[in-house]
Amino acid sequence: MSRRKDKSRKKESPVAPLTRRDFLKGAGVAVSGTILAGHAIAAAPPETAVVGPGATPITLRINGQQHELNLEPRVTLLDALRNDLDLTGAKRVCDRGVCGTCTVLMDGKPVYACSVLAIEAQGHAITTVEGLMRDGQPHPVMTAFVDHDAQQCGFCTPGFVVACAGFLRKHPNPTQAEVEKGLGGNLCRCGTYIGVRAAALQAAKAMKQ
Amino acid sequence: MAAACKYDWPAPGERQLIGKPIKRIDGPAKSSGEAKYTFDINRPGMLFGKVLRCPYAHAKVTALDVTPAKNAPGVKAVRVIQDVGSEIQWEGDEVAVLAAETEEAAEDAMRMIKVEYEPMPFFVMDEDIKAAGSNAKKPTTKTVGDPDKAFQEAGLVVSEGYYGLPVITHCCLETHGNVVEWTDPQSFKVWASTQGVSTVPQQFSEPLGMSPNNIEAVCQYIGGGFGSKFQVDRWGVETARIAKDAGKPVKLMLERDSDLLVAGARPSFFGHVKVGAKPDGTITAWESDTWGTGGISGAGIPAVPYPLDGVPNYKRTHTAVATNIGPSRAWRAPNDPQACLVTMGAFDDLAAALKMDPLELLIKNADLAPNPTLARTYKEELQKAAELTDWHKRWHQRGDKTPGHIKRGMGVSIHTWGGAPHNGKCNVTIQPDGSVEVALGSQDLGTGTRTVINIVVADTLGLPIEGVKVKIGDSRLPPDGPSGGSTTVGGVSGSTRRGAVNARDQLFAAVAPALGAQPDQLEAVGGQVRVKGNSSKSLTWKQACAKLGVKPIVAQGEQGPNSECKLNSGGVGGCQVADVSVDTETGIVRINGMQAVQDCGLIIDPRTAESQCLGAMIMGVTYSLYEEKIMDAQTGKMLNPNMEFYKLAGIGDVGDLKVHFMMGEFYESRGVIGLGEPPVVSPGAAISNAVANAIGVRVPTLPITPQKVLAALEKGMG
Repeated sequence: MSRRKDKSRKKESPVAPLTRRDFLKGAGVAVSGTILAGHAIAAAPPETAVVGPGATPITLRINGQQHELNLEPRVTLLDALRNDLDLTGAKRVCDRGVCGTCTVLMDGKPVYACSVLAIEAQGHAITTVEGLMRDGQPHPVMTAFVDHDAQQCGFCTPGFVVACAGFLRKHPNPTQAEVEKGLGGNLCRCGTYIGVRAAALQAAKAMKQ
Repeated sequence: MAAACKYDWPAPGERQLIGKPIKRIDGPAKSSGEAKYTFDINRPGMLFGKVLRCPYAHAKVTALDVTPAKNAPGVKAVRVIQDVGSEIQWEGDEVAVLAAETEEAAEDAMRMIKVEYEPMPFFVMDEDIKAAGSNAKKPTTKTVGDPDKAFQEAGLVVSEGYYGLPVITHCCLETHGNVVEWTDPQSFKVWASTQGVSTVPQQFSEPLGMSPNNIEAVCQYIGGGFGSKFQVDRWGVETARIAKDAGKPVKLMLERDSDLLVAGARPSFFGHVKVGAKPDGTITAWESDTWGTGGISGAGIPAVPYPLDGVPNYKRTHTAVATNIGPSRAWRAPNDPQACLVTMGAFDDLAAALKMDPLELLIKNADLAPNPTLARTYKEELQKAAELTDWHKRWHQRGDKTPGHIKRGMGVSIHTWGGAPHNGKCNVTIQPDGSVEVALGSQDLGTGTRTVINIVVADTLGLPIEGVKVKIGDSRLPPDGPSGGSTTVGGVSGSTRRGAVNARDQLFAAVAPALGAQPDQLEAVGGQVRVKGNSSKSLTWKQACAKLGVKPIVAQGEQGPNSECKLNSGGVGGCQVADVSVDTETGIVRINGMQAVQDCGLIIDPRTAESQCLGAMIMGVTYSLYEEKIMDAQTGKMLNPNMEFYKLAGIGDVGDLKVHFMMGEFYESRGVIGLGEPPVVSPGAAISNAVANAIGVRVPTLPITPQKVLAALEKGMG
């Protein structure tokens, strides 16, 4: 079955972006023409580079290291990590931004690597689960996961570990309800959630020290 | 009382590690991302395999031209799997396969293949038995006693209802697939996502016409199986073929949609049930008319009434329905979740008709269990569950009378499973430097198998966990059985216990002279080898092993039908209580909590055992409330081959889950029994019963979606 990726690149527009609110405000009055003309929706400005469809050189910064790759623009960050850099901690499961097993940190924020193009990830600091180790020592989240048996088959585990690390950086003192909401973007089939909950709360304490 | 047998489990006071909560030894590898699964394997020069699949539920291939793909950039091999004239019986069945240098090149090339189909009539809506026509097979009936007469008994309280659950799939997070690398023209290595690494070589060697000795299968980590990964599948064999054609290693992993379409399903089960009891609650009569599908060729027949099959008068009729969906495979506890929902739902409705507490009804009828051991187990477990959930104080008659739109209720269910050990062998090696290794061609699905093996051998040799290295996941090691039927923990604990005792005995023979004692006077405890009752006469483990000189000890252990000493057995019960709240305005069901009370004989590692049970309960929540394979009547296609709409429970959906294991002589004397499947059986029934208790009406089928709750409420009010 084919994987179709119709992803439009988010580009910085040289004119003020048209917001939904603006558009809707004009609804009911001779809509589109006036509003759209006012915001000058036009073709991409001439200085914008167009890349692909063939392989193109890109540079990714992963776990503090630069990597020069030659990839088609349609390759996701996830597939670049797994197929081209042998960083297989992030997993491919749903491939559609639902299950979270591909979670990596982009500038410290959890993202689904299956829904980021490798070419979009340029210029950002990407941290994978492999990058959460410090001098061969496990991250406090990893230790907490082991302590609370928060892994069974383990396939969802790296995604959870990264999501948890990212979540706790922003929410260092979470309640159980906040943990459940914060980690709601990661799915597990084996059913490790009880351990994951406890691990997240333990890691929160450990990371404050 | 039987005399002590040399392999017997140590008595409770003598266990050093067995029975203690020990952390999973592969936890660090999994949480750090170091663990490599089949999907993670990258080999030098590796190609990516993709499969062209039929988009129709039923069709004939009328034209097929793979030449454009053969010539596409990056493509190194193309094979036809089902050629012109083939009849395809389910959406997603494979037609052709190819391998290319990148996944993108493979996908592009697949789209170039010219294929035409002639669509044929199909049937996919299995719940609608009246529309099945010739897809409904001849019904089978089993009759015990005289149900017609029993139902006529004066004063009998009778309850009738409709219950069921649809086809679901396994949805393992790691999809199915293999990496094959030919090492020479006659041999290859395969990384397989498999539940039975020792069985993989033969599954390839037969269709490929080669010796299984020339195939090495490896599986150190697997991202879920749940019964769907015993086969290497046609796409696996084709991976080996195209790898040979291309002269390069090939990785072929299924995409999520393909996996949900073709890589396994749990059969559906629907039925009308009539059940009768005397006014005091004694169940005497059962009649059921059920049907279900497992795909085009059928499935097993869930045996109802379940697990209380001693109902003196029953007639069960079952009709298998053929449908054009991906074929069923064993799904954790095959047949039992289906039988359990239909029976426990019917008994719960009967309790409501009797105005009786359903937990008391089950205790009262526990002697209908298949044997006295189970009968006693159910009584003890139900009483324990009642105590732990404060059932007698909190349970109310059907229909929560609390004002407001949130209704709360409790439900109960009991189940059974086998879990007797599979056959297997192992080697235990003790080196003169004191290092110990245990090796067997087994696999750890996430059940804790590695850890159980480590505990058994370390306990036997008086060593800490770190003192023993566990080697599994390779078909070149002594063969072990596949991990299915909850047979692994009994199998591996049996073989490794015997292997470790044999190794230890050889060590004692070598060391005894140095301690001035006979070998049978020695014991291995706390890292020492010493004379029993005289701890001053001792050597450290390392000193003892140094007596071996230059040759290691390699001892074998086996678990088989004639193995010495009784270390394991089969047959467990189990009970679960669910506590739910239902919002009668939105229909949303929330799990407040669930309590499992489970026996599984002697528990080697209560930590991983608890996780197994919790995991099964969570799978239970998912199949009770969220997941189903949704088929389209118009096109015969699966509407939700993705994880947006094939829904799994999330971390916020499961509530407060608790596990209590039955301990003590009555349970432990049974030896080690498997645990993977029993706790997944009851959740559907327990939750369905809790919802009925909350809202006052039965939602007849799973998953209990908001729409179904609202429909049931509306129907109940009319």
